Amino acid sequence: MSQHPPRDKRDPLARRKDRHVPPGLRSSAMHAMSARAAAGCFVLQACQDCGAVTYPPRDACPRCWGELLWQDQARGALVLCETTIRATTDLYFRDHLPWRMGKLALDAGPTALAHLHADLKPGDRADMHLMLDKGGNAALFALPAGGRPDMDDHQWREFTVPVKDRIVLVSDARSAIGRAVVKALHSAGAGLIFAGMAPPSRAADLTDELSGLDRVQTLPFDITDSSLVAEGISKIAGPLDIVINTARFVRGGRNLVDQKRMMDIAVLGFMRLSAACAPLLAGRPAGAFVDLVSIQALAGEAGFAGYAAAEAARLSLLHSFRHDMRAQGVRVLSIFSGPSDDEDHQSVPPPKVAPSRLAREVVEALHMGRETTCVGEVASDAMERWLADPALFVREKNL
Amino acid sequence: MTRTRISYDGVVLCAPVTVPYERYSSQTAHWWAGRALRALTGATGFGPGDIDGFCFASFSAAPDTAVGMVQHLGLSPRWLDHLPTGGASGVMALRRAARAVQCGDADIVACVAADTNHLDSFRQTLAGFSRFSQDAVYPYGFGGPNATFALITDAYMRTYGIGREHFGKLCVAQRRNALFNPLALMRTELTLDDYLRARPISDPVHLFDCVMPCAGAEAFIVTTPEIAAARGLKTARILATIERHNAFPDDPVQLRGGWAMDVDDLWSMAGIGPEQVHMLQAYDDYPVIVAMQLEDLGFCPKGQAADFIARTGFEIDGDLPLNTNGGQLSAGQAGAAGGFQNVTEGLRQVLHQPLGAQVPDARTAALSGFGLVNYDRGVCTAAAVIEACR
Repeated sequence: MSQHPPRDKRDPLARRKDRHVPPGLRSSAMHAMSARAAAGCFVLQACQDCGAVTYPPRDACPRCWGELLWQDQARGALVLCETTIRATTDLYFRDHLPWRMGKLALDAGPTALAHLHADLKPGDRADMHLMLDKGGNAALFALPAGGRPDMDDHQWREFTVPVKDRIVLVSDARSAIGRAVVKALHSAGAGLIFAGMAPPSRAADLTDELSGLDRVQTLPFDITDSSLVAEGISKIAGPLDIVINTARFVRGGRNLVDQKRMMDIAVLGFMRLSAACAPLLAGRPAGAFVDLVSIQALAGEAGFAGYAAAEAARLSLLHSFRHDMRAQGVRVLSIFSGPSDDEDHQSVPPPKVAPSRLAREVVEALHMGRETTCVGEVASDAMERWLADPALFVREKNL
Repeated sequence: MTRTRISYDGVVLCAPVTVPYERYSSQTAHWWAGRALRALTGATGFGPGDIDGFCFASFSAAPDTAVGMVQHLGLSPRWLDHLPTGGASGVMALRRAARAVQCGDADIVACVAADTNHLDSFRQTLAGFSRFSQDAVYPYGFGGPNATFALITDAYMRTYGIGREHFGKLCVAQRRNALFNPLALMRTELTLDDYLRARPISDPVHLFDCVMPCAGAEAFIVTTPEIAAARGLKTARILATIERHNAFPDDPVQLRGGWAMDVDDLWSMAGIGPEQVHMLQAYDDYPVIVAMQLEDLGFCPKGQAADFIARTGFEIDGDLPLNTNGGQLSAGQAGAAGGFQNVTEGLRQVLHQPLGAQVPDARTAALSGFGLVNYDRGVCTAAAVIEACR
C-alpha cells in the first residue's frame, strides 16, 4: 500500500445526516423527457402538424391539438426574472436553502422555469441544460451562455458528481481500462482513489506507476470473492463517494468455463459490489456508482454470444440498482462502449475505443451527472439504431 | 359580431355569511360547509328543503366533490355546480347561480366555499395541485405560490418601476381595515416599516406579502327578488360580471390578468365607471395581483399603479376602500373560501351589514377574483359589479 495522509474518520456515535430527494411525482410525458435527459439531450415537444414547440410537457399541441414529438432544440435562452427561495416545506430543498430559480424565454419558443446558476441575472443570455435531479427526474438548469460550467456553483453541484477531493473506489485497476480510469480520476483531482487489485499481488504491482501516485492507494479487491469485497469495503471504512466498476471478462464463443467466469464477474460480481457499497454511497452528499457496460448488452451477437448475454444481465441489474438508489439520491451511471483498444478485443478490427478515451468519458459523465453515455462510434451507432427500432437492430446484428 | 350580454334582472344576492376562521382545524371541509349552511339558515330561515341549487368550492374535501357534499349535507338540489377555481370561485359562483335563477332552473342557490387546514394540509395540497406544477414548478425549489408570485412580482417591478413601498401601502391599509374586523386572524397594527423590514420568503416577496393559510367557510344566497322580499332579506343586484381563463397565454410573464380582455364589457354592462364604485374587494393573495387589478379593471392606466397607489387612500374611509375586511392578507386565506370573501364582504358592505366598520354611504362594490396557479400564473379571473337594492 502506498503512503497517504490520514483521513478524518466519522464519529460512529454521531447521528447520520438523512439524505432527501426532491419531490418525485411526474406525469408520463415528463418521464419521457427524463428518459431523454438521461442521455444528455436537450429536447422539447414539437407539434407534428403545426411545428409549435411546447413546454411543460403536454399530451396535445395547445395551438392545433396535433400530436407532439420530442425533438432536439436550441439551448439558448434569455433570463426574464428571478427569485431566491428562502422558505419551503420540502425536506430536500430545506437542506439546500437559499435556492435560486428563474424564468427564461427559450430560443426554442416557450418560457420555462429553471434552476439558475449564481452568475445569472435577468437580462442575461443563458445555455439550457436538461439535467437529472437527485430523484432522477429531468430538470432545466440555466448556465451562463458560452462558458464552461463552474463546478463550484452549489446548485449545479446537486445535478452533477464532483470528482475533486472525493473518495473513489475503482473495482479493477489492473486492466488497461481500470488503469486509465485511475489516472483520469487522479488528474481530475480526486481526493483519494482506492485502486482495486485482485490477489495474488504481482511483482509488477510494486513498481507500478499507479502505486507511486499520491492520493492513490492499492487495495486487494476482487468482485468474484464476497469476502474480499467485504474486507475491501471495511478497509475503506470512512466515507466513499464514488464507485467505478471497471471489472469485466471478455471472451468470444460459447466455452462454458469462460461463460461461468463472465457471469461471475458481470452478474454476480456486480451484485456483490453494488450490495456492499450501497450503504456507504447512500450517506454521501453526491454519491455515484458508475458501471462500464458493453453496448452488446442491448442485443446479442453471435460472435460474442456468451459475453453479450452476461452484459445484458448486468445491464438489467444496473437498471434495478438505479431504481433502488434513487430514493437515497445516489446516481447510477452507465457508460456504454463497443470494442476497446486493448488485449480483450485483439481480434476485432477498428474502430475501437482507447482506454484513455473511455476514462475521460467516465470523468465527463460524472461532471455532467449524465446517466447514460455512449463512448465511441460503435456504441453511439448501436444505441441510435436500437432506440429507433429494436427489433430491426437485433435482426441486423444477427444476420 | 359581439353580442350584448343580457342583464341580471330578476336575480338578487343576499345573506353573506362568514364562519369564523381558525389557523388550524381538526375538522373537515364537510364540517365547515355544514357550519356555513347553518349560518345561511340563521340569516334567511331557508332549510335543506328550501335550497334547490348548490354551488360548492373547496380544495380539501377530497375524495368528495359537490356530489358527495349534497348527500353528506342532505340537499336535493335541481341545479348543482362544483368550482375548482379557487380565488376566482366566488364571482364565478355568483354569475353561474344568477343565470340559473334568472332562467328558472333554480330558485334558491346556496353558494358555499369551505376548507379546512390541518397541520400538514398546506404541504399536501401543494404537492398534488396540478400536473404542470408537479412537472415544471415544484422541482425548482418547491417554493410554492410564494416563488411563483415572486417571479411575477420581480418582473412586474422591473417592467413598471413599482417599489415595495407601494405594495406595502396596500398591505398596511388592509391591516388597518382588519383592525375593525373581529374575525380577522391578524389584528395587530402593521406599519410600513414593519412591512419593509419583514424577512424575505422568496425575493422580492417578504413575509407580509403572503397570506396565512387557515380553515374557514364563506357563503351567500342567490335568489329572486320576490323570494327574498317574502323573507324580509336585504338584497343587492348584479350590474355586470366578466370571466376569463388562460388569457394572454403568450405573455412570457403574467403582467396583466384576464380582466384586461373584458374590462370594457364589465363597465359598459354596469352602466357606471370604476370611479363610481364605492369600494373594491379584490383578490389579494400577493399585493402585486392587487396592483394588477387596479390597472386591468380600469382604476388606473396600465403601468401606473405605483402613482395611483401613492395618491389613493385604501382604508374604509379612504378614496377607494380596498378589501374592507382586511382581505386575505389580514383576515386569512381559508382555501377556496379566500375566493369567496371578496363577494361576501362586498355584499355585506353594500347591504350595510358589516362585520366591523361600514364604508360610509356604500351602495356599489366591484368584486374581483383571481385563481389557480396551474403553472406559472393565475389562470382564472372574474369580476362583478353589484349594487344594493332600494
